[in-house]
Amino acid sequence: MREMIISELSQALHELARGFAHYLPRLIVMLILAFIGWLVAYVVKVVVRAILRLIKFDRLSENAGASQLLTNAALPSATEILSRFVFWVTWLGFILLGVSVLGILGLQDQIARFFLFLPRLFVAMFVMFFGLLAASFFSRAALLAAVNANVRSPRILSLAVRSIIIVFVLSVVFEELGLAEQTMLLAFGIAFGALMLGLAIAFGIGGRDLARRFLEEKFVRGKKEENEDELSPL
Amino acid sequence: MEDESFLTDDFLRQLINVGEVDILVGLPTHNNAKTIGPIVNTIRSGILRGFPRERAVIINADGGSRDGTPGLVTGISIDDMRPASSLYALRTLHSISTNYGNGPKSGVALRTILAAAELLRAKACIVMSPESANVQPEWISSLLWPIYRDGFDLVSPTYRRHKFDGLLMTNLLYPMIRALYGVRIREAYMPEFGFSNRLGSQFLSQNGWSDGIGGTGAELRFTLAAITGGYRVCQSFLGEKKHIERHASDLVPTLRQTVGALFSALESDFPVWSKVSGSQPLPTTGSDQELLLDPMRVNRKRLREMFSTGVAELESVFQVILSPSTLAELQRIARLGEDDFQYSAELWVRTVYEFAASYQKSVISRDHIIQALAPLFRGRVCTFLIENRTGSANDVEHNIEGLCLEFERLKPYLLQLWKSRE
Repeated sequence: MREMIISELSQALHELARGFAHYLPRLIVMLILAFIGWLVAYVVKVVVRAILRLIKFDRLSENAGASQLLTNAALPSATEILSRFVFWVTWLGFILLGVSVLGILGLQDQIARFFLFLPRLFVAMFVMFFGLLAASFFSRAALLAAVNANVRSPRILSLAVRSIIIVFVLSVVFEELGLAEQTMLLAFGIAFGALMLGLAIAFGIGGRDLARRFLEEKFVRGKKEENEDELSPL
Repeated sequence: MEDESFLTDDFLRQLINVGEVDILVGLPTHNNAKTIGPIVNTIRSGILRGFPRERAVIINADGGSRDGTPGLVTGISIDDMRPASSLYALRTLHSISTNYGNGPKSGVALRTILAAAELLRAKACIVMSPESANVQPEWISSLLWPIYRDGFDLVSPTYRRHKFDGLLMTNLLYPMIRALYGVRIREAYMPEFGFSNRLGSQFLSQNGWSDGIGGTGAELRFTLAAITGGYRVCQSFLGEKKHIERHASDLVPTLRQTVGALFSALESDFPVWSKVSGSQPLPTTGSDQELLLDPMRVNRKRLREMFSTGVAELESVFQVILSPSTLAELQRIARLGEDDFQYSAELWVRTVYEFAASYQKSVISRDHIIQALAPLFRGRVCTFLIENRTGSANDVEHNIEGLCLEFERLKPYLLQLWKSRE
């Protein structure tokens, strides 16, 4: 009995030692990969940061309105965030590569899925950034046009343009990420429909006077109001 | 020439049929049927009177008119003139037309006229506006003689204007070009002007017709090219200038084709204008500037309101373009009542220079920068109207001169902005 226990224990220890001996080189490879990954990720981060500074990415981000969002959330600049993101993705990639070397069953599928998800994440980020850029550009264009046309409450018009674009961009981003697609589609439909209805009602009620004035100016020849039209800029 | 292929085969054939000419009159048009007939008659009359022995041609560059404008230009025969005026030409007066596209493009029209002038080896050329309401036959001689006889390369017009006419010219273009380029040219954005083949060919050979030069404001770029190229520039007094009716909505497109063109040119001309100090008058035939003082009722209140609204609503845009001190000052005057309102010359000059520097650095879309200037220009116009409401011609001239000197005085500020933002 005693011998049997000792035999089993020694066999278990032997198997443990064999397992350890089996995994130790793989663990070392993983650690080496993680270390190399850290170095590569750091270099990539420095290069990406330099390129982003060279192309004045922060100004682009400022134009897109993304910088303001980041400042409000007490986050670093867009250049810093993007370069850090690249660092972590690169390093995580190497770590996961190292983990796959360990040969742990089940984990390989998860790692493969993660790598398959990365392109979608990049596309979503790309859509989000340029969507914000477009929202900022078109809302400013609407604001300037409204101010120069002497339209009342130009900021509301500008805000409406920005909101529509952002809602649309968010729905595309969520769809790309595959997060709550049905919910987002429904939410987008409801939000967009409500916005359009609200605008239609607002224009219908608020635009009556404007339409009347326009028609009067167009078709009724009355006393011409003195205005700057009489001044030629050139 | 950068590219001759933009001229159609049919147009080239017509030019070959014409042969060499002495005088070329360019007429850019787009749906000008209402005004073009009398203008063409006046041009022909001017040529018959002033240049009966010279070979002349009228080149109509049309932007796809749908009202039969090209037909009106080419259809008027020289014989239509004779019974009325008893004028006779010793040479054939040709009149040909070409369609350069669908829609008015002043840059393409000018390029077409310049290319035709080069191919026909015209000795002296003029471009006439199809929108001038009161062109006189004497204008043709006034614009052509300095080129044809005196060897000038560019003849810029001066007009008799109402004191409140051409406010963008008097409050921005004239003083800024004078301060930066050192040349006192009254009408840098010229509706009518004369030029030599030498200048035309040089301008035509410049690169960038497909983007910068070929866009809006080509006339202003042409003037600046003559100044920076060291060509002989003069002014010629034409007479009273009457416009076709303009609308408030014309301001932004006008700013694009004038101020936008000027700001854009500052970038490439920096080596020239950064070294200029002071300004010199130009040789001028006739008066430099004549002002009419007829009473005119203008809604200053509306101008001031549009300025105040603009300053309030566009704060986020101005924060990017203007310095904090300039913006704070604008916000302060935007809150003032009608009686106290004053957009001073110094503040206006600082505003314009900061806009120019921001345009150069493209802090936001360049077109948005130009659009954002419109409400501020209205504010400056309001102050100009108040300051000169009861002023005589001398008073108005004195005020314009003061503004010009302010632009010259603050030029180092622009240079500082230009360099600091690099």
